[in-house]
Amino acid sequence: MPRARTKPKRKPRKAAKPGGGRAKRAPARRRSKPEPYVPRLANLLGISQLAPADITAILDQAETFIEVLKRPIPVVPALRGKTVVNLFFEASTRTSTSFALAASRLSAQCVNFSIGSSSVKKGETLLDTARTIEAMRVDGVIIRHSMPGAAHFLSRRIKSFVVNAGDGCHEHPTQALLDAFTLRRRLGTLKDKRVLLVGDIAHSRVARSNILCFSKLGARVAVCGPPTLIPPHIEELGCEVFYRLDRVLYEVDVVNMLRVQTERISSSLFPSVREYRALYGLTAERLSELNTSVVILHPGPVNWGVEMDFEVAELPQALILNQVTNGVAVRMAVLYLLAGGQVGDTDTAETK
Amino acid sequence: MADDRMLLAGGRVIDPASGKVRLVDILVEDGRIARVGKGIRARDAQRIDCRGKHIAPGFIDMHCHLREPGYEDAETILTGTQSALVGGFTRVCPMPNTDPPVDSEAMVRFQIERAEQAGYASVHPVGCCTRNRAGKELAEIGSMREAGAVAVSDDGDWVSDPRVMRRALEYAKAFDMPVISHCEYDGLSDGVSNEGLVSTRLGLRGKPWPSETAAAARDIMLAEFVGARVHIAHVSCAATVDLIRWAKLRRVQVTAEVCPHHFTLTDASLAGFDTNFKVNPPLRTEPDRLAVVEGVVDGTIDVIATDHAPHTSIAKEVEFDKARPGIIGFETAFSLGYEQFVLSGLMSPARYIEKLTLAPARIMGLRTPSVAEGTEAELVILDLKAQWTFSSAQIMSKSHNTPFLERTMQGLVVGGVLGEEHFWLLHAA
Repeated sequence: MPRARTKPKRKPRKAAKPGGGRAKRAPARRRSKPEPYVPRLANLLGISQLAPADITAILDQAETFIEVLKRPIPVVPALRGKTVVNLFFEASTRTSTSFALAASRLSAQCVNFSIGSSSVKKGETLLDTARTIEAMRVDGVIIRHSMPGAAHFLSRRIKSFVVNAGDGCHEHPTQALLDAFTLRRRLGTLKDKRVLLVGDIAHSRVARSNILCFSKLGARVAVCGPPTLIPPHIEELGCEVFYRLDRVLYEVDVVNMLRVQTERISSSLFPSVREYRALYGLTAERLSELNTSVVILHPGPVNWGVEMDFEVAELPQALILNQVTNGVAVRMAVLYLLAGGQVGDTDTAETK
Repeated sequence: MADDRMLLAGGRVIDPASGKVRLVDILVEDGRIARVGKGIRARDAQRIDCRGKHIAPGFIDMHCHLREPGYEDAETILTGTQSALVGGFTRVCPMPNTDPPVDSEAMVRFQIERAEQAGYASVHPVGCCTRNRAGKELAEIGSMREAGAVAVSDDGDWVSDPRVMRRALEYAKAFDMPVISHCEYDGLSDGVSNEGLVSTRLGLRGKPWPSETAAAARDIMLAEFVGARVHIAHVSCAATVDLIRWAKLRRVQVTAEVCPHHFTLTDASLAGFDTNFKVNPPLRTEPDRLAVVEGVVDGTIDVIATDHAPHTSIAKEVEFDKARPGIIGFETAFSLGYEQFVLSGLMSPARYIEKLTLAPARIMGLRTPSVAEGTEAELVILDLKAQWTFSSAQIMSKSHNTPFLERTMQGLVVGGVLGEEHFWLLHAA
């Protein structure tokens, strides 16, 4: 490892890159129906960087891809010749496969940059990895990392676009977008809908992204869980806080269950699985008692019998598998827009 | 090299002891202050035009890290004391968390000798409280004192075993040394930022403020009980300020310091995950920042110390969780404090300078900084009107980990005199 001191050549940070990847109103220059709003995203690091109109534009774009995915040959040539890299420091079959599929449906190549535990053990830092990827000249990088800010770190050091596929307990924006997309398809709109997130809010990147995303789309968001798993000042993100599920479940339109890790028991965050299930589990009894048609989401994988019973997932209002299907379309939309595509332009791209 | 005779003419001399600012000349001969007075005539002396400038005793930094031995890639005693001098600090007290740690007479002598060889700011080491900084057994505090150590501390870690801390406080009484406590309670300090709205937003593991205040409370109570002196390092939160205020009312022998970053910045700066904002204890909220400012103004907090903590770019250019905590501080401390306390109208220049000179000298038992005739010349020349922008190119420290790059500040150390060896004055000053 080079121990020589490298003086950090600090360039003044470009406001346009990490946080400021937000769109400006672009002139609508469309052949068919004019689009009022075209996101110009440099990266997708978090929902916090998106304006409501950005979110809507991504979801609208995903609608067109849903149609594509229903075709006999569900592929468009929109990103032909482009290469994206899946850089997953945390194991995740679902998300990495979803991104890989999304890329291939757009005719882009998706390469897995496998992070051997060996290279990390050899002392390879994220900076080394960033520099390596930069030297390989790819169009985009999808990063999953156990530490908050890893995607921001990468985006400041490489020119290709960066998609945050989960950075520690910080954000998981594509999950929020696909959840919003799934709800919008089911409910028509999120405006004024009551959405309740239940479980380990403190350690959940899905919770953070979803609170922001749903609120930006006009939903009224609440969180529920044991106080030990609710982070301080969460209500300042614009959500209500409940500690008892039964006091709030009956009045919501959507319940978004979160995965709870039994490892949290050893850190004294809750006493037992039994008590957790009794207080916060989405059990069949709880649902039938409430006689409610509340829509159910879960980012998966589910701890059956802990936060949710298997029978609940079988109910028609449980959209867990729709989330997975929609995930591909939403990720297609994200990759497409980040690679410079125009909203609604897929068919044009197809005929090129 | 300074000339044998030098006349600092026309400057306003700040004497923190009396709180007075006088328009007088200072004649320096062979590195000593020969005369202080109005209209001194010394024809053969080199005349330094100090009109429009202020002159004060050199500053003392009672909390810094010079990284030698062990981490010379980040800083050495040479580069660290150069950086200190540029910032106006003529005496510095490095913390002992080097590798190996400064827990013996030999290590103390080593640091002092290195500093003498370097010949810039003088070094007054802080020795370890416990052997190998392990928090288990007392270090040889008496021998370290003999060798020149001025305080003891396991800085970087809290002495978590209350029996060990109690004995350290008691034992250090024999040598009239303060025990400096880095207050971060073990089970509450497994985080990388302040626990609050910002950590919630960013998904960072938080350290709640009781991590600091609970640790400080234990050490203050032990100090009161055994009648020893305790110094609370880098106070970061409102509750600790209140606690120290209460302890001083009880006449506990407690003193405290604050660092420029804690009175200048808040955790809101963490939004971009820039690791140059990662420090221990963490940057806290605006109410905390205001409370430490108030603590300095009302005297609850005695000293401004830099906690100059150089790290290589490799140690900082990593994920926020992995980044080493700490920032360099010598070269920006005076200006940041000047803005915060003097420009704001909260304190007079003399009271502010006192926090950088007399107060640390008193706590560490160092020679009183002064501009009196007959003392060794240890002076800084200040331009309190100068607007300047801190740039990477001018940094004297070996490391560049600072959140203050490109910041424009007012008040600058433009020059100084240190014994026979050093005289400097920035051009255009």
